[in-house]
Amino acid sequence: MNNNFLLLLPEFIVTGLAFVVLGLDLFLPERRKWVLPIVAVVGLVVALVVSLRYLWGVSDSLYDGVIRVDGYALFFKAFFIALGGVVVLVSVDFVRRNLEHPGEYYGILLFTVVAMMLLAASGELLTAYISLELLSFGLYVLVAYDRYNAKSNEGATKYILLGAFSSALLLFGISQVYGLLGTTRFDEISSALSSADALSPGLILGIALIIAGLGFKVAAVPFHMWAPDAYEGAPIPITAHLAVGSKAAAFALVLRLFAEAFMPIVEQWQILLIGLAVITMLLGNLVALAQRNLKRLLAYSSVGQVGYLLMGVAALAATGSGGIMLHLVAYAVTNMAAFLCLAAIYNITGRDDIAGMAGVARRAPLVGLVFAVSLFSLAGLPIFVGFTSKFYLFNAAAAQGLLWVAGIAIFSSLISLYYYLQVVRQLYIEPAEDAAPIPVPRLTLGVLGALFAGMVGLGVYPAPLMEAVQYASDALF
Amino acid sequence: MLTVTVFLPTVAALLLAVGLVRGDRNIRWFAAAVAVADLLLSVVVFVLFQPGGERFQLIDRLDWINTETVHASYLLGVDGISAPLVMLTGLLGLCAVFVSFHISHRVREYFIWLFVLQTAVMGVFTALDFLLFFLFWEIELVPMYLLISTWGTGRREYSAMKFLMFTILGSAFMLVAIVAVFVSAGVGSFDMTRLLEPGGALDASRAALPMGALFWLFFVAFAVKLPTWPVHTWLPDAHTDAPTAGSVMLAGVMLKMGGYGLLRINAGMFPEQLQAFALPIVALGVISVLYGAVVTLRQTDLKRLIAYSSVSHMGLVLLGLGSVAAVGGALTDAGLTGAAMQLFTHGTITGLLFVAVGVMYEKTHTRYIPDLGGLANRMPLVSGAFLIAGAASLGLPLLSGFVSELLVFFGGFRAFPILTILAVLGIILAAGYILWMLQRTLFGLRPARWDELTDAGPVELVPIALLVISIVAVGVYPAWLTDVFRDGLEPIVSGYNTGLAGIAR
Repeated sequence: MNNNFLLLLPEFIVTGLAFVVLGLDLFLPERRKWVLPIVAVVGLVVALVVSLRYLWGVSDSLYDGVIRVDGYALFFKAFFIALGGVVVLVSVDFVRRNLEHPGEYYGILLFTVVAMMLLAASGELLTAYISLELLSFGLYVLVAYDRYNAKSNEGATKYILLGAFSSALLLFGISQVYGLLGTTRFDEISSALSSADALSPGLILGIALIIAGLGFKVAAVPFHMWAPDAYEGAPIPITAHLAVGSKAAAFALVLRLFAEAFMPIVEQWQILLIGLAVITMLLGNLVALAQRNLKRLLAYSSVGQVGYLLMGVAALAATGSGGIMLHLVAYAVTNMAAFLCLAAIYNITGRDDIAGMAGVARRAPLVGLVFAVSLFSLAGLPIFVGFTSKFYLFNAAAAQGLLWVAGIAIFSSLISLYYYLQVVRQLYIEPAEDAAPIPVPRLTLGVLGALFAGMVGLGVYPAPLMEAVQYASDALF
Repeated sequence: MLTVTVFLPTVAALLLAVGLVRGDRNIRWFAAAVAVADLLLSVVVFVLFQPGGERFQLIDRLDWINTETVHASYLLGVDGISAPLVMLTGLLGLCAVFVSFHISHRVREYFIWLFVLQTAVMGVFTALDFLLFFLFWEIELVPMYLLISTWGTGRREYSAMKFLMFTILGSAFMLVAIVAVFVSAGVGSFDMTRLLEPGGALDASRAALPMGALFWLFFVAFAVKLPTWPVHTWLPDAHTDAPTAGSVMLAGVMLKMGGYGLLRINAGMFPEQLQAFALPIVALGVISVLYGAVVTLRQTDLKRLIAYSSVSHMGLVLLGLGSVAAVGGALTDAGLTGAAMQLFTHGTITGLLFVAVGVMYEKTHTRYIPDLGGLANRMPLVSGAFLIAGAASLGLPLLSGFVSELLVFFGGFRAFPILTILAVLGIILAAGYILWMLQRTLFGLRPARWDELTDAGPVELVPIALLVISIVAVGVYPAWLTDVFRDGLEPIVSGYNTGLAGIAR
């Protein structure tokens, strides 16, 4: 077969970039290490431009369908490269102040970006598994990066143990499916399942195990126990990466898996996903009410958001996948903004608990504003992108006859507004203990401004993003 | 035209946010100028609206979201129901700004939130697309929350959170209903004008939820806002602990959002259900009237007294709505017009009450009625205004309250005579608490410490004068207002009378 490796150019660029960063780190003296994030960002921009320029409109595959290059993969490639770039930008100030060995940090971060890109491009189960493992391993190291912080080590240990366990579950599920259907490729699985006698208890078990394994990765309930500790212990930019990137990548896989491979037996898994979605939404938002640490609060709020996304997956139909992708983008922009604000505040005050946010709006007005806006967007208040994407998701669910699930989702949003408001209250209403202004680097302000513009702009005028999402989901069906 | 009217305050808020105006004094005058401009614009909107012309006029339309699954447009327009309410918002917005001149702490942010609030409320009254309507409905929550919790008094954070949680709970129900309406087969868009046409798009047999369920979902959202007993408990706390401008906006226009929603959506889009469920609705209304009135009699805090009286007066809106159950073919528009008029008149009356109390509180720093007395001598202008507002509130003829209450009772009596008689008892109780309040605060022996009080300054006199004029004008010659409301309600009333019953089959 003729494999056009040029189709994988973006992946090659990012991988090469990772090696370049690692190599540069060897030779750069300590005082010049600020170059590394710049190199990383420039390289990512190049990769983004290359992928958009050369892969637009392409629909092809390598190795006979093992790796797909189509609109769906392109959408997520661009999304993950952009996300990686934002995480690098969020990390610049944080790494400089708090962490050692920046070279390995950025290098491993870039490897996780490659893993995410490949995850979205996988056309069969084992490629997906390997990409997922690459992503997980990179994240294990990054979560533990704050070596002398006990919480970082504890969070990473929990993450590694449960991650390994979930990978085992996932692999077992994949082997079940392979054993019963004879193939791991999504399109072949789909045609195998279309025949009436393909269904068997063993197959259901396999699919359930796959859902469990992936459920761990996205921190759905009841597989979410590792998330609050890992989020709390990890360095803030990595928490952001965990919350946004790894979840989005896992959902990219889930979407392709369920929309392509498992679609013929949708009645079997739909009820399972609905059940997971409901308990995830409710539990994530309810437990968040009790949190005092902002990173843990954001962890539980992410769990709640995963519930909405699972509802979207349960409601998958030819037109349903757009809502999930839109919500992923909205969720990414919003969460990145929230974590960047938290990082900016933590860098100066050293506090990441809710009470430590008191009076921040007066001490750093722009940070306070973007933080408040991102929290309102997460709660789903209108004019911000969070409302638009949630509304789209609810519509998709209701259109598939799941109006009651959408109703539960709306009430969970209500609960979430309460705890987001607690943070906004601290920011705007409580007086600060120490009224000194918080200096925020210009780079951070620039990124915050861009994310703010994204949250408001996409909320008010989502049409361009919706078209991109439509283009991506057309490739899926 | 409408876009400018709705968004002028937001533009002003943005200008304030970027720091274009510096210095507290300049900020106040800038805010005053913007408020006057918006009032003039809203009056122009009211004047430009032609009763008897097209149903929806002054339309601004833009294609907003146009994808395969979601069609929403930016659609603003006024009809007979909303044009007066837009003017009310402009008027009360100006009153809110002028009564806030004494705020000295975080002045810039205060006016920013006040302006965003005004845009949101005007947007609710003019939005004719469900998504846009919901958007504006939700936007008003955050500014009100921040206004109460930052610049309020008493248990302000508790009251602000209670207000927010109650209202959001209500709007959660509304969102479910909106999504259900949208995904109902054959609808496919959020355009309210299409849904409001007789024989419009919502077909009962293909709706995603039973029509009754949709009706009650919307009703809950608007009932929380109105508010109706038993979901009224947020109101006394929010009104009492809010800053004066907050109370004015809250009682003056935000409660009317609930009433407007009931008229526009429940009466306009679900007329059969309104007729079918009229009895429980009217019952709730009468309970609100009586319960609110009885509890008001026990209040010793001036603002809390006025707040509970609002609960009582808003119950009459439900009575007016329920008048559509009148059997015998010829439904008059009295009940519905009364309900709509009550929205406008109660807005101005309660607005004036809160302005007067606000000025008194500024001077005396107490709202505890037993501590006050004999203020009329020291503050004749404010007392005069208070007297007029109180008299209007208890329904004295020649003032606006009488007109709306009379219309409501006319309409209600045809449908539910006994319940209407019970509601009229509310008038007696209103006379009780209003006269008691006036006598205790304005007349009688004056404690020595109030001997040096001064009257309202020129700034506070502006809202007082405007509100008194509107109360008297509507009371003496209500036709200029009732004609507009009747024009807006005419499609609903004629729908009932011709038996097409609007849209549900």
